[in-house]
Amino acid sequence: MGHVIRTRTRASTVAAIVGAIVVLGLALLPLVAGRGLIQDMFFILTMLVLAQFWNLLAGYGGLVSIGQQAFVGLGAYAMFAGVILAGIDPVWAIPLGGLAAVIVAVPTAFFAFRLAGAYFAIATWVIAEVVRLSVAQWKTLGGGTGTSLPRTATRDIAGTGWIEAALDVRGAAARDILAYWLALGLALLAIGAIYGLLRSRRGLALASIRDNEEAARSVGVDAARLKWSVFLAAAFGTGIAGGLIFMQIARISPDAAFSVTEWTAFVIFIVVIGGIGTIEGPILGVLVFFALQKLLADFGAWYLIALGVIGIAVMLFAPRGLWGLISHRTGLELFPIRRRLITTKGNDHG
Amino acid sequence: MSILSLAGVSKSYGSLKVTDDVTFDLPEGQALGIIGPNGAGKSTLFNLITGNVLPDAGRIAFDGRDVTRTPPMRRCLAGIGRSFQIPQPFDRLTVFENLLVAATHGRGQGEAAVVRDCADILERCELSARANDPAGGLSLLGRKRLELARAMATRPRLLLLDEIAGGLTEGECTALIRTIRDVHAQGVTIIWIEHVLHALNSVVERLLVLDFGRVIGIGEPGEIMASQEVREIYLGIEI
Ligand SMILES: Nc1ncnc2c1ncn2[C@@H]1O[C@H](COP(=O)(O)OP(=O)(O)OP(=O)(O)O)[C@@H](O)[C@H]1O
Ligand SMILES: [Mg+2]
Repeated sequence: MGHVIRTRTRASTVAAIVGAIVVLGLALLPLVAGRGLIQDMFFILTMLVLAQFWNLLAGYGGLVSIGQQAFVGLGAYAMFAGVILAGIDPVWAIPLGGLAAVIVAVPTAFFAFRLAGAYFAIATWVIAEVVRLSVAQWKTLGGGTGTSLPRTATRDIAGTGWIEAALDVRGAAARDILAYWLALGLALLAIGAIYGLLRSRRGLALASIRDNEEAARSVGVDAARLKWSVFLAAAFGTGIAGGLIFMQIARISPDAAFSVTEWTAFVIFIVVIGGIGTIEGPILGVLVFFALQKLLADFGAWYLIALGVIGIAVMLFAPRGLWGLISHRTGLELFPIRRRLITTKGNDHG
Repeated sequence: MSILSLAGVSKSYGSLKVTDDVTFDLPEGQALGIIGPNGAGKSTLFNLITGNVLPDAGRIAFDGRDVTRTPPMRRCLAGIGRSFQIPQPFDRLTVFENLLVAATHGRGQGEAAVVRDCADILERCELSARANDPAGGLSLLGRKRLELARAMATRPRLLLLDEIAGGLTEGECTALIRTIRDVHAQGVTIIWIEHVLHALNSVVERLLVLDFGRVIGIGEPGEIMASQEVREIYLGIEI
């Protein structure tokens, strides 16, 4: 008798094929879609990226950060700095956002990792506020009121000329399409990288930390190191997303770039209603979030209150979110990471 | 040579001395039983050996190296495996994955290299049928078996077992004893905390009695069980 590990299921094979078709459709969307839809999709994709990274942090690493807006803001400001101070093309300035986020994430982790649970969360928020207040002093980038990307820089961002010619659209629309494609690429990369991680030995260790950190350490899991890696990776991805989001908006201010509501509260909402600790959860969550936003947009402050109530209801009645309900009922896994032990007849191989 | 040695190890919680100047040596390959009344400090002693709790005083050496301040993860890599008295499974992982994470990280090997061994351990711990079920769904008996299996998966040189026989039926207990004997026969050093004395005494070669954190007796099981002090502590408890 032999034994092998298998992760693929029939459902996941079907999901992979459907997924590939959906991705192809999304890639071709700008050929048919109007500008409004492209902007909505950009919003969904960038929120999805933020949600995937927050899920990696909190859902797997047990690091419940409420200061991720620090990295969105840093990413955005680093991108602006690259464009305004160094004259770099906005697209090529986006990676600077990831870099800046990682540089600040290192001392943040040193400080915040000394604290556990709620104190860790509060520490991340305090640090984010300090970063926001510091950036607001940066006069060349508009200080507290902010600034816009100069026209000279936005007029011919790398790739927009080609888009204008190929799709027969004008300047601003071409910029949106470019931003949309970049967001799609970023979302695919983020999900692919996180999925790859979860499929690896380290991913198994992360899942064990999620379930029981003390026991994980007792079976040789290097929890401290994994948490560092996850925190830095999440900061990098969040910084990149921040750079991209504000390239599309083309205007920045400390309040917008470091908004705790926008970049952390909404993101947590997405992960919690979708299902924490799974890749599928944030995907489902961002769609629900977007639908709610469209439905409730006219109700002003009531919109936020409704989101809060829905979030709390889900936490109480479906602690593993909507995806948790679905997968519990059906056993469905779109991104299979469950390693099943299969006993085969023949000899051992693997 | 002794694989584990404790010298003057003490630990207090507030004014409560839970481990009081504990000193003993454990030769490699021996099976040591630990008995003592509830709250005597048995589990705390395990936590001190694994590094989950740090002592206020004293030294702990494993395999000739001082590990007094070494974190649990390093001690596991050095060869100390443990089970928890209150089972701590990775709930959302399957039973097999619980072993897989222990085997890959506890030994530093790839998944493919340890599959067979994990399957083998599952078989021996009678968990094969549940291999692909989430560990969170196991009964108490299943969870206790999983504690043993997961500790074995790290391939420890010293295996610490904390009350894994409590609540088992006669047949289950016999099977468990067989498994532990097997492991022991392979040369693994064992420390086993157990209230089920007949099970314990059918495996261990030496017995340590703990009371109020102090070692009040250590020696050959027959002698220990016959001593007046132990009889008094265990008065009313079936031996
Ligand atoms: N973290 C802690 N904080 C305070 N007191 C503790 C802590 N851990 C254990 N104790 C106390 O230390 C004493 C010894 O506990 P321990 O769990 O080591 O006993 P034990 O011998 O394993 O008992 P049992 O047979 O019930 O498992 C108990 O009185 C317990 O209440
Ligand atoms: Mg105990």
